[in-house]
Amino acid sequence: MSGGLAIAVRVSRIDTVAANIKRFRLVRHDGEPLPVFSAGAHVIVTMDDDGHRRRNPYSLMSAPHDTSGYDISVLRVAESRGGSAFLHEKLREGDALTISHPVNLFHADKRGRKHILLAGGIGITPFLAMMAEFDRANVAFELHYAMRSREHGAYWQELVERYGAHRVKLYFSAENDVLPVASLLHNQPLGTHAYVCGPDRMTDFVLRTARECGWPKSNVHSERFLAPISGKAFDAELLRSGIVVRVGDHESILEAVEAAGIDAPYMCRGGACGQCETAVVACNGVLAHHDVYLSEEEKASGRKVMICVSRFDGTKLSLDL
Amino acid sequence: MAIVFRQETFRDDFTYRNSPGNIRRFPFPFDRDEYMYSVNMEPHVRGQAGTVYESLIDVDEHYVAEMQDRALVLKEDPLRYQALPHMMAAQWDTLELLMEEQAAGYPEHFTLIRNGDRWRWINRPLGIDDTFTFGDRSTLPYDPFEYITRQAQGDFCIVDQRDGNLWMDAGMVTTQADWSLDFDIGMNFMEWHGPVPLAHQIGVFDRALKFLLKLQLGKPTRRFNWTMTINPRLDTSPENYHKWGPDRTTVTPDNVGEKVHLRVELQSLWRLPRSNAILFVIRCYLISMNELVTVPKWARRLHRVLKTLPPELVDYKGLTRYRDNTIAWLSKHDDGAPTSPGIFPD
Ligand SMILES: Cc1cc2nc3c(=O)[nH]c(=O)nc-3n(C[C@H](O)[C@H](O)[C@H](O)COP(=O)(O)OP(=O)(O)OC[C@H]3O[C@@H](n4cnc5c(N)ncnc54)[C@H](O)[C@@H]3O)c2cc1C
Ligand code: HEM
Ligand code: FES
Repeated sequence: MSGGLAIAVRVSRIDTVAANIKRFRLVRHDGEPLPVFSAGAHVIVTMDDDGHRRRNPYSLMSAPHDTSGYDISVLRVAESRGGSAFLHEKLREGDALTISHPVNLFHADKRGRKHILLAGGIGITPFLAMMAEFDRANVAFELHYAMRSREHGAYWQELVERYGAHRVKLYFSAENDVLPVASLLHNQPLGTHAYVCGPDRMTDFVLRTARECGWPKSNVHSERFLAPISGKAFDAELLRSGIVVRVGDHESILEAVEAAGIDAPYMCRGGACGQCETAVVACNGVLAHHDVYLSEEEKASGRKVMICVSRFDGTKLSLDL
Repeated sequence: MAIVFRQETFRDDFTYRNSPGNIRRFPFPFDRDEYMYSVNMEPHVRGQAGTVYESLIDVDEHYVAEMQDRALVLKEDPLRYQALPHMMAAQWDTLELLMEEQAAGYPEHFTLIRNGDRWRWINRPLGIDDTFTFGDRSTLPYDPFEYITRQAQGDFCIVDQRDGNLWMDAGMVTTQADWSLDFDIGMNFMEWHGPVPLAHQIGVFDRALKFLLKLQLGKPTRRFNWTMTINPRLDTSPENYHKWGPDRTTVTPDNVGEKVHLRVELQSLWRLPRSNAILFVIRCYLISMNELVTVPKWARRLHRVLKTLPPELVDYKGLTRYRDNTIAWLSKHDDGAPTSPGIFPD
């Protein structure tokens, strides 16, 4: 079994919350409560799209102590291979889905005296749960939330109402408002933690700025909504299973392996958790590592690959699978 | 079936014994005739009736006596229980987990009634019937973690996960094999494992840590650890070394059977839902050599394990003073016949 025990759920409600963003409420099929979770956690949603199985991770945005249902918000991405398009265009209220148990790769540091949350676009989702938890526990936090425009941004009005303008700051790029990362990260009291979730460029910029401002690595946290990057199709030989699978241009190795009926371990499907680490036995070509899990040395060694996001360009790839 | 709880002691007159039925369910840790450290972890799933895997949190005939011994230890040394302030959510997680598992495994002894945040907990063996508000510390006589671990067998550590490491930030430790919570609190996985020989070099701790960082909700894992103890004493702590250390010199060829005990820890690890911390349960089982040799397979195998144990492990586990006497005594129960695979009696 991979990815945690599966839970059968039903979509009890779908709301459009912004341009291209929908919120889905998931309740357990058997009417029982869902597990409580810790803020920052995500679940893997398994969808049956006309016999095609799709699996994507989505952050849980509802309050962690609310076990009556989970809320997720999904951005319809422009060049979707299917997941977000399916959720937006095909899924209806009452439909069934399967989700994994919650997994948390983006937890708040419980010793933090103050938490600064930097969200970009759909990256707001894990912070919605975090803020509910901080608020309940009376922990100091500030949200800095950058969006394209008022129409494209989700939840910003409610957030200002609930937590107050002193804790929620909004930046709309359509109005030439820029998130002032450097000044925010300067002169924060000792024991402050910063968290970033947003587009890659924003995340990179925040991490770099924090380093330059002298923040200890352990006080800066990030989550990337990595998705498999597509490229040219290639073959992968699975030595233990004794078969060769074709990895399509819009498919991950993990997806191709699963389609061949092989149960490979995974957790985040986003290159972060390390669960899908696979030994490379032979490689005649170049591995394109897209994960954030392996160290630079491990990537350079070419002996390991994270099959949920990384790809290959060359003539022969043999994996210990 | 209701458990008959024994009245017995783990100190002074040492009246602790295993009933014949309890011997058969003893978690013998060796699945082969030799032993070395490894990443010996497997899913913690329910197993057959009549084994310690029957319930995921095992309660046995020693429950009441062990809880009395814990209360004595805590009275003398309150620092055996500690929890850092940021561990409150993990404390409630642990209380929920232990109450639910005990009530599910032993409905005749434990009952949990949840009515929203209002919970009623009935522990019949200890005569407890408390109603409290989940999440409200002031409605319990102790911290939630201390409250429930005064009612659960085994030692408990809660480790917080951050910076790609695990930190020992809470514990209830009164039945330990010569290590100290007061010393280890706040340390990380590599630091508290510092004294262990050989395992670091062969990569056991690197791999175990990587594995634990990825431990998932709803999929607990378990492993065995073991050592030996003279007299059935639960509290073999560094703090009380002056009380139990000298016992090691009292073993003679004639008293091995009653004095020398195999001490097995069935350790289980659980991801906690609210806190994302990990609960580490160290459930300790003791069996005297006299009791152990009633299972011929175990007698043969323990004899062979002790004979071939690497010297570094003999030293670290503190067996040096009485190992030879024990091997000589066990040799009378080892006819050289092959042993069957696995840990269970034939
Ligand atoms: C831990 C985690 C949490 C997440 N939480 C959320 C969340 O709360 N909400 C949310 O909306 N998403 C979240 N995601 C992202 C989500 O899992 C999906 O990746 C996303 O919904 C897109 O899925 P898809 O199947 O529609 O698109 P995919 O086909 O997987 O496409 C993903 C991205 O790749 C790009 N792409 C596709 N094909 C090409 C191509 N040929 N060339 C170049 N680029 C291409 C797309 O434009 C898109 O940006 C999370 C991801 C992770 C790892
Ligand atoms: C987070 C959970 C864990 C905690 C809190 C923990 C704690 C400890 C402590 C306190 C000791 C005693 C060290 C000393 O001498 O002072 C110890 C020993 C040891 N631990 Fe762990 N441990 C954990 C998980 C593991 C895991 C997963 C492994 C897997 C390989 C492991 C392997 C060992 C070994 C081999 C020893 C030596 C035991 C002996 O020979 O008696 N531990 N552990
Ligand atoms: S599944 Fe998490 S890194 Fe691949």
